[in-house]
Amino acid sequence: MLKKIIFQFLALSLIFAYSAQSAESGGMPQLNPEFWISQIFWLVLTFGLLFIILSKFILPKISNNLETRKSQILENIETADKQREETEKKVKEFDKIINDTKVEAKNFFNSERQKVLDDINNKRLSLEKDIEKEIIKAEEEIDQLKKTSQEKITKIAIETSSDLVKQLIGEDINKSSLSAIVEDLSKKEMEKHNGI
Amino acid sequence: MAANPMYQFNVYRIGPEIKINNIDISFTNASLFMVISSLAILIIFNLGTKRSIIPNKIQLLAELSYSFISKMISDTAGSKAKPYFSFIFSLFMFVLFCNMFGMIPYSFTVTSHIIVTFVLAAFIFIGVTIIGFIKHGLGYLKLFVPSGVPMVLLPLIVVIEIISYLSRPISLSVRLFANMMAGHTMMKVFGGFVVSLGIVGGWLPLGFSVALTGLEILVAFLQAYVFAILTCIYLNDALNLHH
Repeated sequence: MLKKIIFQFLALSLIFAYSAQSAESGGMPQLNPEFWISQIFWLVLTFGLLFIILSKFILPKISNNLETRKSQILENIETADKQREETEKKVKEFDKIINDTKVEAKNFFNSERQKVLDDINNKRLSLEKDIEKEIIKAEEEIDQLKKTSQEKITKIAIETSSDLVKQLIGEDINKSSLSAIVEDLSKKEMEKHNGI
Repeated sequence: MAANPMYQFNVYRIGPEIKINNIDISFTNASLFMVISSLAILIIFNLGTKRSIIPNKIQLLAELSYSFISKMISDTAGSKAKPYFSFIFSLFMFVLFCNMFGMIPYSFTVTSHIIVTFVLAAFIFIGVTIIGFIKHGLGYLKLFVPSGVPMVLLPLIVVIEIISYLSRPISLSVRLFANMMAGHTMMKVFGGFVVSLGIVGGWLPLGFSVALTGLEILVAFLQAYVFAILTCIYLNDALNLHH
């Protein structure tokens, strides 16, 4: 520091000495005091005006611009964050809805299948009952038919045999004796047929 | 006369002689370049104040220089120096534009005159001293008494500190003035060599001249930056007294 100062003083004194020596022969125009006052005056005027205009009008605008940009960027980042969060929430909701619907659909499908199965079962049961009833009825009918058919067969046999006898002999035969014979024969025939 | 490398620093009157109370304040070529620099700064930065979220080129330039100087001030002088931002900004821009306009051939370099730089430096020195005394009262004198110095050395150190403090305006002004003057003189000398050596031998000094122009543009920026940052450092001493 001290070295620098001494050096500067030396340089200054050298400059002054040089200027004093060569003031007439041109030398350094910087050390000619003719326009010093003018330079100071114009420096103060221009620099003062520059400072006033910059500090009052231009710099506040620039700093304002910078501030607004900063706050705008921060705001935008904030809204972007908010929207991202909202999106995540929405995505979660969407997933939840999809899951719920899947479960619901499964449940619905299961219950419907159960219903259909029950229905089919019920219908089958009732159908089976009906069929059994029909079978029983049919069996009864068959039984009855068996009984009635034998009597009818006997009757028809008696009548045909009496007609046959009449045609063969030309005489009426006692019906009761004929019927006894036919019944006896048919019984034998039936036993033979039934394998008894 | 044009061969004299100092001729470019001549100040001459433009227009009529203006005198107030026998004091000459005529408009000179120096005044012209001060006005041009100030107007250029005002125009460029006024174009840079458009309110748009995405800046155009001039706005970007204005905002970059704003944040550059803002960062420089907060780095060197802390947050307390915020109120002096516009002064340092104007100072930096004024010195920078004067230096840069001085790089145009046949123009005049305002900052190559000791009186201009000295007035600026003296204003800064006085301003900083007043700020220091307002902020700390007589405690500002503690600046000259560094802590942790042995008692034996203290008288010497205090004297050195006072001299170094008082030489601040001189060092600040001479640094800028001498840099500008030396650079421009050198370019002029090399230019003279180009002319005197002619087409045969003039190529080497021409190459030097081209290189020097680049160097001088760098120096023009660097000296403006140094001027501003030293102002910040002096301001830091006045605002945050910790020596």
